[in-house]
Amino acid sequence: MNNRLYGNLIFELSKEGRKGYSLPKNNFGRYEVPASMRRSEDARLPECDELTVVRHYTNLSNNNFGVDTGFYPLGSCTMKYNPKINEEMAAQPQFQNLHPEQPAKTTQGALALVALLEKSLCELTGLAHFTFKPYAGAHGELTGLMTIDNYHRSRGDLARKKVIVPDSAHGTNPASAAVCGLEIIEVKSLADGTVDFDDLQRICSVSGDSIAAMMMTNPNTLGLFETRIPEIAKLIHGCGGLMYYDGANLNPMLGACRPGDMGFDVMHINLHKTFSTPHGGGGPGAGPVGVREGLQEFFPCVSPYHGNFGVMMRAYAYILSLGRENIKEVGPLAVLNANYIKESLKDVYELPIDGLCCHEFVFDGLKDKSTGVTTMDVAKRLLDYGYHAPTIYFPLLFHESLMVEPTENESKETLDGFIAVMRQIAEEAKTDPDKVKSAPHNTPIGRVDDVLAAKHPIVTFRQMKNERMKE
Amino acid sequence: MAKFEEGLRYSESHEYIRVEGEYGYVGISDYAQHALGNVVYVDMPDVDDEVTAGEEFGAVESVKAASDLISPVSGTVVEVNEALEDKPELLNEDAFGNWIIKVQLSDPSELDALMDVEAYKAHCAE
Repeated sequence: MNNRLYGNLIFELSKEGRKGYSLPKNNFGRYEVPASMRRSEDARLPECDELTVVRHYTNLSNNNFGVDTGFYPLGSCTMKYNPKINEEMAAQPQFQNLHPEQPAKTTQGALALVALLEKSLCELTGLAHFTFKPYAGAHGELTGLMTIDNYHRSRGDLARKKVIVPDSAHGTNPASAAVCGLEIIEVKSLADGTVDFDDLQRICSVSGDSIAAMMMTNPNTLGLFETRIPEIAKLIHGCGGLMYYDGANLNPMLGACRPGDMGFDVMHINLHKTFSTPHGGGGPGAGPVGVREGLQEFFPCVSPYHGNFGVMMRAYAYILSLGRENIKEVGPLAVLNANYIKESLKDVYELPIDGLCCHEFVFDGLKDKSTGVTTMDVAKRLLDYGYHAPTIYFPLLFHESLMVEPTENESKETLDGFIAVMRQIAEEAKTDPDKVKSAPHNTPIGRVDDVLAAKHPIVTFRQMKNERMKE
Repeated sequence: MAKFEEGLRYSESHEYIRVEGEYGYVGISDYAQHALGNVVYVDMPDVDDEVTAGEEFGAVESVKAASDLISPVSGTVVEVNEALEDKPELLNEDAFGNWIIKVQLSDPSELDALMDVEAYKAHCAE
């Protein structure tokens, strides 16, 4: 149980003149900061003793939910367990205390690790070279598209400014293309959720000469394996475009198949997802970009250093811990777990596209729509039972999307527990819908008003104080 | 359940247009506001901006998603619904009563390519 006092904002716990530090006697005389460089008023920092600060942040941390606290089936995010050996490896002072500006002859160990990681990723993806500069997935997408743009320019093929993106794509795909100065053409999905090949053929026959690339996620955002990749690759290559693979959903492919073998020319990998490094809440990530032989000379320079080195160390520790044989089990187990949950719940939750899924699947809300209980309500009610909510209202192809990705790490007991709770919520929706609609009830903060939060966010203490004074 | 209004023309991307003489009032359908959920922001063009049929002229942001607004017709924006700046939730309360932009049509024949209410109902049921 958390003490309410320490749950206040740190600014509210502040008492003027209270300090959490003591400085030693100054033996060097007083240095006067020039008047022009002095601030005109004191910084508005909270003043607290050390114990208050410790209790405040410890209490806050107890409200946190992570993979280490419970099941975290956040679709599209691959919230797999972060093995502790990764942390041990990354915490070694020989690596942790490196400075990026150190002379290269003193950082050979770190550079060797980057080279070894590149070799492993090439083997796993079937591509020939990787750059490690991008700091996360979307940065990787941008780097990959810039690589493609550089390639077309180098050939004097300046008209290739269009990128084909499926309507089920991650929002980052069209966003990255737009940031890169490219135009987006959306290709439709068929009723079974995969790319409409006829629509793609139509696009290529109209705009073939201006196609720079096609971006695909495989399995796609619905967790479905795109079966016509070889034909699609042939069609795009035939127009003179390149194939880009969004690595967000690489997990179920590990050990089963490789983007390079399917005809993809450029891809990014979310090391923080597929290769088990901590993420969520803003990072840190790593989005290395791989290319087939010959394209490496077109890599842009998107950062002065080798990206987030700590993430690379953890990813390499993960690869070595599993080894060549065991890493092949990752994909099949992730697929098995997702299908087990899907099949166990599809009689009470609406499954718009039935069939074998990969590592994740999408329900379109509860099957029984008469109760008025929405996907949002189900997600909120899951919090009461100690589960992280799945991804909701994405993909946009359905109105009540609820997207579950269990990962390969979870035991059958955990999956059965989640299934039982999901069934119970479906039952509650019928017997006590108001309880579900007003959930969560057991969390430190109840149902938040997300409309008010979006329209009128209060994000600083000073703003909060002003609001209170107005009242 | 979503409401539909007779006498309007509808686009596949769920905008409607109510034509009065040489002007058209463009908004999003009730079906669209249902699908979006609580609208928190409407990004509108400026008066005198040109809009083109099939091209984006603004965006609607809800707690679920941000969605481009696609103009059903070409022409010049003569008025924007300023009430939506402070009260975007008006789109949820009455989508057909709260248009987003008023356009002076440059090519009324474009209206023929849009759906009537029956065709639009069928489109939504797909």
